[in-house]
Amino acid sequence: MASRLSLRVVALVYLGAVLVAPVAVVAYKTFEPGLGSVWDSVTTPAAISAFWLTLEVAAIAVPLNAAVGVMTALALVRGKVPGRRFVEALIDLPFAISPVVVGLALVLLYGREGWFGDDLAKAGVTILFSFPGLALATIFVTLPFVVREVAPVLREVGEDQEQAAATLGASRWQAFWRITLPAIRWGLVYGVVLSTARAIGEFGAVSVVSGKVAGETETLTLLVEKRFQNFDLSGAYAASTLLALIALVTLGAMVLVNQRKELS
Amino acid sequence: MSGLSASLPRPRRRYATGGAGALGLGVATLWLSLIVLLPLAAVVDHSVQDGLDAFWTSVSSRQAVAALVFTLLVSLLVTAINVVMGTVIAWVLARDQFAGKRAVNALIDLPFALPTIVAGLTLLALYGQAIAFTKWAVLLALLFVTLPFVVRAVQPVLIELDRDMEQAAHSLGASHRTTFLRIVLPNLAPAIVSGAALAFARAVGEFGSIVLISGNKPFDTQVSAVYAYKQLESDNTTGAAAVSVVLLALSLLVLVALRFMEGRRHRWNG
Repeated sequence: MASRLSLRVVALVYLGAVLVAPVAVVAYKTFEPGLGSVWDSVTTPAAISAFWLTLEVAAIAVPLNAAVGVMTALALVRGKVPGRRFVEALIDLPFAISPVVVGLALVLLYGREGWFGDDLAKAGVTILFSFPGLALATIFVTLPFVVREVAPVLREVGEDQEQAAATLGASRWQAFWRITLPAIRWGLVYGVVLSTARAIGEFGAVSVVSGKVAGETETLTLLVEKRFQNFDLSGAYAASTLLALIALVTLGAMVLVNQRKELS
Repeated sequence: MSGLSASLPRPRRRYATGGAGALGLGVATLWLSLIVLLPLAAVVDHSVQDGLDAFWTSVSSRQAVAALVFTLLVSLLVTAINVVMGTVIAWVLARDQFAGKRAVNALIDLPFALPTIVAGLTLLALYGQAIAFTKWAVLLALLFVTLPFVVRAVQPVLIELDRDMEQAAHSLGASHRTTFLRIVLPNLAPAIVSGAALAFARAVGEFGSIVLISGNKPFDTQVSAVYAYKQLESDNTTGAAAVSVVLLALSLLVLVALRFMEGRRHRWNG
C-alpha cells in the first residue's frame, strides 16, 4: 500500500513540475497586469490577423487531410492492392521528421534555388513566404493523424456490414455514406481534433517558410516568438495564453470524443 | 454461424471493396508523394549537389558534430527518463484510484495539444532564472514535449493485462518486485519500446520548444534541428540540407525499426 502511495506521489509531482506548474505560471503572468491589457494585446491588428491566418491555414489543411486520410485508411485496410505496405510504411514519416526539415524541404522545392523555383517564378506564382507555403507546411505535418485514427477503427468494425449492404444492392457510395462513415465517425472526429490542434500549434515548419511579415504571413505561434524576441514579454504571454486556451478546448474535445468512441 | 458463412460464397466482395482499394491507394500515393516525398527528395538532392565531399564536409564540421552528439545524448537521456516515468504514470493511471484521476488522465495529452513554442515559453517563465540557456533547459523542454508517448503506449496494455497471472504469482509467494519484474514488465516491454522509440524520434527532431530556451550556444546547447535552422538563415542551404539528411536518416531508422518490431506482433496499427 505504501509503495502504491509513493508511486502516486512520484507520478503526480513529476506531472506537476513538468506540465502543470509551467503552464499555470504563464497563465498567472498573463493576467498579472490585468484583463484590460491582455485584451489589448490579443486585439492588436497584428494579433487579429495572425489569429485569422492561423484559422485559415487550418481550414485548408484539416479538411484536405481528412478526406484523403479516410480514402487512404480505406485503401490500406480494405484494399488488396500491391504497394499497400509501402504506403503504410511511409504514412507516419511526418510524425518522425523534424519540423525544420519539413520547412527546408519546401524551400528546396519551391524556393529560388529549388527544383520548381525557376518555373514558378516564370509563371508568377509565389508559394514560399506566402499563404500557399504555410498551407503546404501544415498539410505536411498533419498528414498522418486521420489515417492513424481511422484505420484501426475500420479494422475493428470489419466489413460484414458493408458486404451485407452490397449484397442488398447498395452502391459503393451508399455503402460508404450509410454504413462505413457512421461506423468510423468518432475515429474520424478524433483525427480531425488532433490535426486541428497540430495545425494551429505548428511552429518549426511554418517558421521556415513564412517570411514572418506581420499582418500577412505571421501565424499565432510566430507572433509569440516575435513578441518574445522583441522583449514584449507580456504580449508573448498573452498570445501564448490564447493558444493554451485553444489547446484546453482541444483537450476537452479529446476527452469527449474518447468517451463517445468507447460507448459506440 | 461460422460454418454457414464459410459455406456461402462471399458475395460481391470485389465490388464492395476491391475497386475502391485501387483508386484510394492511387490517391493516397499521389498525395503522399506530392506533399511529403517530393520535398524530401529535394532535400536529399540538394545536400549532394556539390558532391559527396561537400556533403561530408558539412556533416563533419566541428559544430555540426557537436550539435549532433548533444542531440543524440540528450534524446537518449530523455527517452530513458520517459521509460521510467512514463511507465510509473501509466501504472498509476491504470491501477491506482484517487480523486481527480480523470483530470490527470486528460492532462497527459497536454503536450500534444499545446503548441511547442508555448511549451518553451512556459518553461522559460517558470524555470528560466535557474536554467535558461543551459543543457538542463533543453532536457526539460524535451521531457515536456515527449511526455505522452510512453504513457499512452503503456496505459492501454496495462488496462488490458490479465491480472490473474499477477495474482497467481502472488499466491505462489512472489513479492511485488518479483511479480512486476517477471510477470508485468515482460508484457509491457513491447509497448514501452514503441513509446520510447516515438519519444526518441520526436526528441531528435524537436525545434519549437527548444529554440527560445536553449540560447542556441554552439558546442553547448545547440541541437541539430536548431543548427540546421541557423544554417538556412545564413543562406547555407547545402549545409542545412546535409544536416537534415542525417536527421531524416535517423527518423527513417526509428520508423523502420518500429515497423519491423510491430510487424512481428501484428499488422499495422491493429
